[in-house]
Amino acid sequence: MTEQDVRAAAPATDETPSRWRRLARGGGGRNVGLIIALALLCVVGVATSGEQFANVNNLMTILRLAAVIGVLSVGMTFVITGGGIDLSVGSVLGLASIWATTLATQTMAEDTHWIVMVFTALAVGTVAGLINGIAIAYGKVVPFIATLAMMVAARGLAEMIANRQTQTVDVASFKDFFRSDILGIDVLVWIFAVVAALGWVLLNRTTFGRRTIAVGGNPEAARLAGIKVNRHTMYLYMLAGLTAGIAAVMMLARTTAGSSTHGQYYELDAIAAVVVGGTLLIGGRGTIVGTVFGVLIFSTLTNVFTQNNLSISAQSVAKGAIIVAAVLLQQRFAARHRST
Amino acid sequence: MADGVSQPAPSEDAGPALLHMQGIVKHFPGARALDGVDLTIRAGEVHCLVGQNGAGKSTLIKVLSGAHHPDAGTITWRGEPLTVATPVAALRAGIATMYQELDVVDGLSVAENVFLGHELASGGFTQRRTAAARTRELLLRLGHGDISPHREVGRLSAAGKQIVSMARALSHDARLIIMDEPSAVLDSGEVANLFRVVRELTASGVAVLYISHRLEEIRQIGDRITVLKDGRTVAESLPVAATPTADLIRLMTGRTLGQTFPVRRALPADAAEVLAVEGLGLRGVFEGVSFTVRAGEVVGLAGLVGSGRSEILETIFGARRASEGHVHVAGTPLRAGAVEAAVRAGVGLAPEERKSQGLLLDEPVYRNITLSTFSRFASGAFLDEDAERAAAGDQIRALDLRPADPDRAARTLSGGNQQKAMLARWLVHGCRVLLLDEPTRGVDVGARAEIYGLVRRLAEKGTAVVVVSSEIEEVLGLADRVLVISEGRVVHSGPADQIDEHGVLDLVMEGSPA
Repeated sequence: MTEQDVRAAAPATDETPSRWRRLARGGGGRNVGLIIALALLCVVGVATSGEQFANVNNLMTILRLAAVIGVLSVGMTFVITGGGIDLSVGSVLGLASIWATTLATQTMAEDTHWIVMVFTALAVGTVAGLINGIAIAYGKVVPFIATLAMMVAARGLAEMIANRQTQTVDVASFKDFFRSDILGIDVLVWIFAVVAALGWVLLNRTTFGRRTIAVGGNPEAARLAGIKVNRHTMYLYMLAGLTAGIAAVMMLARTTAGSSTHGQYYELDAIAAVVVGGTLLIGGRGTIVGTVFGVLIFSTLTNVFTQNNLSISAQSVAKGAIIVAAVLLQQRFAARHRST
Repeated sequence: MADGVSQPAPSEDAGPALLHMQGIVKHFPGARALDGVDLTIRAGEVHCLVGQNGAGKSTLIKVLSGAHHPDAGTITWRGEPLTVATPVAALRAGIATMYQELDVVDGLSVAENVFLGHELASGGFTQRRTAAARTRELLLRLGHGDISPHREVGRLSAAGKQIVSMARALSHDARLIIMDEPSAVLDSGEVANLFRVVRELTASGVAVLYISHRLEEIRQIGDRITVLKDGRTVAESLPVAATPTADLIRLMTGRTLGQTFPVRRALPADAAEVLAVEGLGLRGVFEGVSFTVRAGEVVGLAGLVGSGRSEILETIFGARRASEGHVHVAGTPLRAGAVEAAVRAGVGLAPEERKSQGLLLDEPVYRNITLSTFSRFASGAFLDEDAERAAAGDQIRALDLRPADPDRAARTLSGGNQQKAMLARWLVHGCRVLLLDEPTRGVDVGARAEIYGLVRRLAEKGTAVVVVSSEIEEVLGLADRVLVISEGRVVHSGPADQIDEHGVLDLVMEGSPA
């Protein structure tokens, strides 16, 4: 009885913090740290490179750098929020870039429309994701292993198809479209923005997003509530494959060639961006806004290092430090969240 | 408060107590765990600890092994007050625990497992030969010279692993070994061997705290019994030989305090049959289960732990795939093993393990309440969170769920309020059939009455309800009709007011090899 009286008295004092917590959950609270990190990087950039860093062209460079990994990271955010991991996205990107630039595909694209190449890349990505999804959801293969196998196999298949050679994009209309800009902003950056915006809506405003959070947070509870957990898990990997296909198209536009080496280690960059952004690796909570910040932090870091002529190796060390720092902060946050 | 339950403790026999725990209290946020446990263990005895699921046995073990710190109470160990700060401190004092899920490392050898955490080493190098020799001695003492210290533990049977676990306890020079359901993983021959080892241990002065659901085992191996219920000691140190098994079950399942159940109303004669279960079976667990539930009727399944009662509910719901039989809801057959089909047909399950099977603990309460229905509120694929919050809010008010904040994380709620959230989920769904597995487990006494009232009100609105409970009193008080389950079979079916606790116990006892 006394216990209940205490609990009954509690709501009055809890009214305000709960509203704050809601705000924090919405992203505002936790993203403050990411905004500060990004701002600090910019300050360092301006201090060390001045005008050379702080101009519109350089800003575009950073965004262009962020775009491909950014699209992959949006797909990765869904997979990780749903309690999985996808190591294959980088390889699948490479495979899709090859498949979309084979002689057959390009000839067909020349005859009809460049959209054929886009469609091919997206289809290759989605089918690769479907295979991952079936193996994981229905075959009960651990996600790490299933997608590791896909990572190796997709890269191999790409090499076989391309005979280890790069395939230049000859469809002029494809290059014209994807290498242009709209309102002074690159098409690639627009694609990233649109994918991120759609991803945000999908995760936060749709039944698909709610299922993702439920499946990642407690698959058994989700199943007993009537959610088709296996089918949804499969969809999540298909979504990641689809983003790998989109990223392949972007890669083709940037490099004007398909290559079996495209996208190498991109899966690691994507996972790093997602984790730094605040999505829980154990699933059940994900944030697209955080992921976008994570991607921007890493590409700004690369840019600042490049401007100062610092080596790629030094960049890697800094990246590693950021990942560990972010995860440590995340755990702190999680612990405090649990205890309240 | 707990009058009529606490048995007078038998007069203390001579002999000093090895361990004396008094008034142990342990609270967790939102859950009562221990609420005044007394336990006295003498050197060289097998002391049995019995109680239903959730009675507090695991928590008590964790307090003794240093994994949890009690909020109140005293522990006296060999005449001196003892604070068990860490698992290492417990081992150092001479208290070793063998957990139910055997805590051995499969990839290491027997000797490496025995000395895990206190490796024999000089200057950083493990002394493999000494360790092997000492392990052999310990194994011989346990009557298992046949196990080689060099054998990889993963290749041993469950019984062999248990021996390794025991050897480890002895390697710490344990005076008290806690065995948590040691027989759960063993077949009958291995159990006989376990008992032989336990007798040898006690003959050498080691005390054993033996936890088991199998009362017939306790009869064979135990010296004295302590019964826990709802986090309290309800009977302390009963001599095994002089305590009938029926009394034990009564102590474990009996009422805590005068719990009143809502009044039953007579079913209308034309109440439609909503749930029909025909010859349902799950290989190796239960078989030939048939019953029907009419709209507005509450059917209770009574039986002991392991009788198959929870599995029956889960199979009806499709969470387990039936190996035989059918389930019909309002005349339509349900696809076996398909939860989503059951939910669509209007069946809801409030599972036994609310936290691991029912709730998204870090998500707000309203999303937990609408977990089965959010797509119904959505327009197209787009969620309508305001509508969800409103619907959840209605249920929160109707069920008096506290605190009445739909945005609070489910984790922060007490057991009773978490259960209300589960019920609210199915209320929003509008269930025709509600399956409740241990609806008041981990729910404090005040909230129990509310949940009973709620179940009754639901039935009066025409829901068909099936309740499973370890507490026979609860099944009899809540249900219109009772099925008694024993060993995976329905051994009795009839109106709840025509059978009493003794009758149910007799039926349960008949079925089990006591």
